[in-house]
Amino acid sequence: MNDVQIWTYALVALTFSLYIGIAIWSRAGSTKDFYVAGGGVSPLANAMATAADWMSAASFISMAGIIAFAGYDGSVYLMGWTGGYVLLALLLAPYLRKFGKFTVPDFIGDRYYSNSARMVAVFCALLVSFTYVAGQMRGVGLVFSRFLEVDINTGVVIGMVIVLFYAVLGGMKGITYTQVAQYCVLIFAFMVPAIFISIQMTGNPIPQLGMGDTLNDGSGTYLLDRLNGLSTELGFNEYTSGSKSTIDVFAITMALMVGTAGLPHVIVRFFTVKRVKDARKSAGLALLLIAILYTTAPAVAVFARTNMIDTVSNQDYAAMPGWFKKWEKTQLITFTDKNGDGKIQYVADPSKNELIVDRDIMVLANPEIANLPAWVIALVAAGGLAAALSTAAGLLLVISASVSHDLVKKIFVPNISEKGELWAARGAATVAVVIAGYFGINPPGFVAAVVALAFGLAAASFFPAIVLGIFYKKMNKEGAIAGMVVGILLMLFYMLKFKFGVFDGGKEAVESLKKDWWFGISPEGFGTVAMIVNFAVSIAIMQFTPAPPQKVQEIVEDIRIPSGAGEATGH
Amino acid sequence: MSEKQKKATAYWKENIRYLFVLLAIWFLVSYGAGILFKDILNTIKIGGFELGFWFAQQGSIYVFVLLIFVYVRLMNKLDKKYGYHE
Repeated sequence: MNDVQIWTYALVALTFSLYIGIAIWSRAGSTKDFYVAGGGVSPLANAMATAADWMSAASFISMAGIIAFAGYDGSVYLMGWTGGYVLLALLLAPYLRKFGKFTVPDFIGDRYYSNSARMVAVFCALLVSFTYVAGQMRGVGLVFSRFLEVDINTGVVIGMVIVLFYAVLGGMKGITYTQVAQYCVLIFAFMVPAIFISIQMTGNPIPQLGMGDTLNDGSGTYLLDRLNGLSTELGFNEYTSGSKSTIDVFAITMALMVGTAGLPHVIVRFFTVKRVKDARKSAGLALLLIAILYTTAPAVAVFARTNMIDTVSNQDYAAMPGWFKKWEKTQLITFTDKNGDGKIQYVADPSKNELIVDRDIMVLANPEIANLPAWVIALVAAGGLAAALSTAAGLLLVISASVSHDLVKKIFVPNISEKGELWAARGAATVAVVIAGYFGINPPGFVAAVVALAFGLAAASFFPAIVLGIFYKKMNKEGAIAGMVVGILLMLFYMLKFKFGVFDGGKEAVESLKKDWWFGISPEGFGTVAMIVNFAVSIAIMQFTPAPPQKVQEIVEDIRIPSGAGEATGH
Repeated sequence: MSEKQKKATAYWKENIRYLFVLLAIWFLVSYGAGILFKDILNTIKIGGFELGFWFAQQGSIYVFVLLIFVYVRLMNKLDKKYGYHE
């Protein structure tokens, strides 16, 4: 065993026992503990939990890598996944907290006085959460297989057991306090290598500034200018310019922002604080904690990309460092010596390019590329696991609450006992973990693609229904249900047609269909269009159908007033 | 309309006004500076950053954080003004 492995085993064992210890200490005794952590979480603890819940394997492992290869185009993720919190804080969180229920379908079902609306919401919540959670399990497997050199499936199973343990035992309460610990682990793990590399490359200890600083080599050249130069030399787009059309960048950013605000596992976090003003403050703190990683990621992207090109471009294959060979073993780096000169040609032209690097490995490989000490590399592995596990746990909770609370209690067995409901929740969480694990081990080729589209689905379904429910007193059940159904079906149709080519002969057709995109908007950005259609359909249908009952209109008036929030209840 | 309802309506109106102003800024820094006008802003350079690129990958995020804290402050004051604080 080498140094890196010893460190990784030690850090992973240490952090995992910490999570399990917290879970035992904070196990749930009531449904209220299980769904909303008893409702007394402090704004800061909730903010840390929200940040860990939100920052998934995608944020920690994949995002900087995606930006490293996409340059300016990667901005859609940075703005999209942070700007959504402004919408959440201003338009949703305080009012949903005042409303004081356990789940998002709870709000939809009560506000629209209809179990059909509740069922549609449950369906949307399950669809969004399941697609998302499968990707997390895959992330766990990836980290295990690379750093501990165990089989990727063994990695997924270990991850499943850990999540199962603290999600099933502790519910929201256990999850909240483990997520607090996971936030600390993941942010530390992300920042340490970033700071190291920033000093190494630019002499500036703050990565956010280092990214715009001059290189450390005495040339006085700005890092970004250097990277732009390297990129154009090899035939890529200029790093800071990007290649997507403006309308598509606009649409994708909007879909991600609105989707973020509409994701059930993020929204439910705001049910756990005491007062409406705590919900607002907590949203602000959560974004601040998230912004630490999100403003560092683009710097990591610039460092990693420049370092990678410098290390491999036109160098002898035989002289490649150890990390290169190790990643080759996992087939996430592949090299084919097309012109037989023994050197690596890394260029934009696919017929001449000899090197393919998977975007997902950039963050994990970055410390090794920069020759950082073994403990830093191990730390990144522990951080990746923290990010994936915390998000998976949050999603599993939404799934189990949707089943035990929204389906079992509210629709099928209304007089179930408190104890019975708690057991139903635990059972649902167990089943959900097993299903998520199955998808982690046998990823249907489309998981990665669907994760990005989960935002489109959330934007097309929940966001309009919730915003209208709060800001438009006269919105009725007919309008809201029609809007959600049309919105999510339109999004599903566009996804199947343009992402999977289902109607035109499968995956191969996808490239040729690009020219038919509506308004030139990609499937990733289409959530924006589907959301607008949802709004329009809701408002149009409302005009021809009866107004909501007086009692519901009074509820709407009541949630607009912040005082007297009481505690979240299930009744 | 009762006194209580009048108060609630006035509170809601002020709240909506804040939302419009804050969301306008939210839109301007991200969709404006970071996307629609980024090419024009990119002609301005601050240190190694082209300004449009900076807004898209850094600046907009800082403004988002600020916006929420400004909102928290404004609303806490508004709650006090109408006696809705607790």
